[in-house]
Amino acid sequence: MTDPLVSLKNLTVRFDERPVVDHVNLKIHRGDIFTIIGPNGAGKTTLIKAVLGIQKASSGQVSVKKNLVIGYVPQHLTLEATLPLSVKRFMLLSGQPLAECESALARTGVGHLLNASVHHLSGGEKQRLLLARALARRPDLLVLDEPAQGVDINGQASLYDLIRQLRDELNCGVIMISHDLHLVMAATDKVICLNQHVCCSGHPADISHDPAFIETFGRPVAESLAVYHHHHNHSHNLHGDVINGEPHNAPSGHGGHKECDHAHH
Amino acid sequence: MPIIDAILDDFFWRALIGGLGVALIAGPLGCFVVWRRMAYFGDTLAHSALLGIALSFLISVPLNLGVIITCVVLAMALVLLSRTRTLATDTLLGILAHSALAIGLVTLSFMPDVRVDLTGLLFGDLLAISREDLLWIYGGAVLILLLLTVLWRGLLMSTIHEELARVEGVAVERLRLVLMLMFSLVIAVAMKIVGVLLITALLIIPAATARRLANNPEIMVAMAIAFGFVAVSGGLSLSWHLDTPAGPSVVVTAFAVFLLVYGAAGKVRT
Repeated sequence: MTDPLVSLKNLTVRFDERPVVDHVNLKIHRGDIFTIIGPNGAGKTTLIKAVLGIQKASSGQVSVKKNLVIGYVPQHLTLEATLPLSVKRFMLLSGQPLAECESALARTGVGHLLNASVHHLSGGEKQRLLLARALARRPDLLVLDEPAQGVDINGQASLYDLIRQLRDELNCGVIMISHDLHLVMAATDKVICLNQHVCCSGHPADISHDPAFIETFGRPVAESLAVYHHHHNHSHNLHGDVINGEPHNAPSGHGGHKECDHAHH
Repeated sequence: MPIIDAILDDFFWRALIGGLGVALIAGPLGCFVVWRRMAYFGDTLAHSALLGIALSFLISVPLNLGVIITCVVLAMALVLLSRTRTLATDTLLGILAHSALAIGLVTLSFMPDVRVDLTGLLFGDLLAISREDLLWIYGGAVLILLLLTVLWRGLLMSTIHEELARVEGVAVERLRLVLMLMFSLVIAVAMKIVGVLLITALLIIPAATARRLANNPEIMVAMAIAFGFVAVSGGLSLSWHLDTPAGPSVVVTAFAVFLLVYGAAGKVRT
């Protein structure tokens, strides 16, 4: 097996002593598509920022492959109204030649907007522009923060489809945050359910049966995604800490979260 | 050369040449003020220039140097204080802007031997530009234009999307500091011509005027410089012929151009 593009070892990020990302272990290889799901405040964006190298770890390690090129698709592109900017100029700011920029725009389906002003793009067009900008850098790793925000249902499906095709074409790794559970479940290799710590992770088909998943998203959601359920050996309080009845709720006793093996039946 | 000497001996030409030099750097920096919503920040730095003047007299260093150092120190303090987030940024700026101005005025009043033309410092003075000032202005202009050219892509990217820039390897924090230094420099050299209270106007109005016509950042910068030239030459001529104060005359001209462009462009669009 080749070296992973990024590997997180026991990554913990605390804001004011409160762990926002708690002992997360993760390895991303070429060809992987990871989707991070989880409720608001689960630390999804913080985790992604740590992968991007713009959020410092409080403890643990983020190691990145040498000369890794990351293509980042942020959640929004909110442009100050006073800053005039055309699609072409924005793409060229990536430092890539025009031909590369044009083919990236064409690949994400917005090639016709080359001379348009970024201010006049719709939400969906902006997402595709951001994706094209990431693409033009020929990334080893694509990092997307809710790429389908502000995109209609049909657009969402084709956007996730496009991301999968790009993974095949570039042979890159992909890690993204998403709230579109149904689409994610259908289109991802691996899902990580985050609630400060990794609640559960695995293939979508397995995870929708996972009690931690049901715990996090509620039974109706889980049942709409899965047909059977099983035991869950821990529950979460409002802070996402694990409460177990056992002497487990001390913050320091949370190391690695190894005792969360879920019994299937 | 005798011709150049003759020109530089004339105070009006010195002011005009100096003013055009200031407009040359106020254009691009003004665009950043507008793009990054730093108008109030610029005002705060400009107000602290008076404190810088007072301190320069106190420890007898050249005025321009004293102003630059004071502005830089205040800019750093602002960056650090805004990180603590105990006060909203505009509250913080409001406190520091007016306190710096007030402390400057109070300190100056304690120095009876020092005769300063306060009106000139606050509103600009056509007569105040010496040959040495021209050296400061054009030295500053060369430095700033050089820095802007070299750092342009990073500065623009971190203005458009800070996180995206950071992921792409732009040293966002360092560039922010460089930008602060450039603001401090432009305030120090522009102070004598337009005055402490009106420097921000020379930064913002030409840039805002240019925004109406430009469809790309670089074109906006070029136009902002051009509108700055118009404001400076028009304003200084006004000051010369009608004996009006230099700074306000420049700003009035800039504002007239602004109204003209927005009025005309509005008509074209509909």
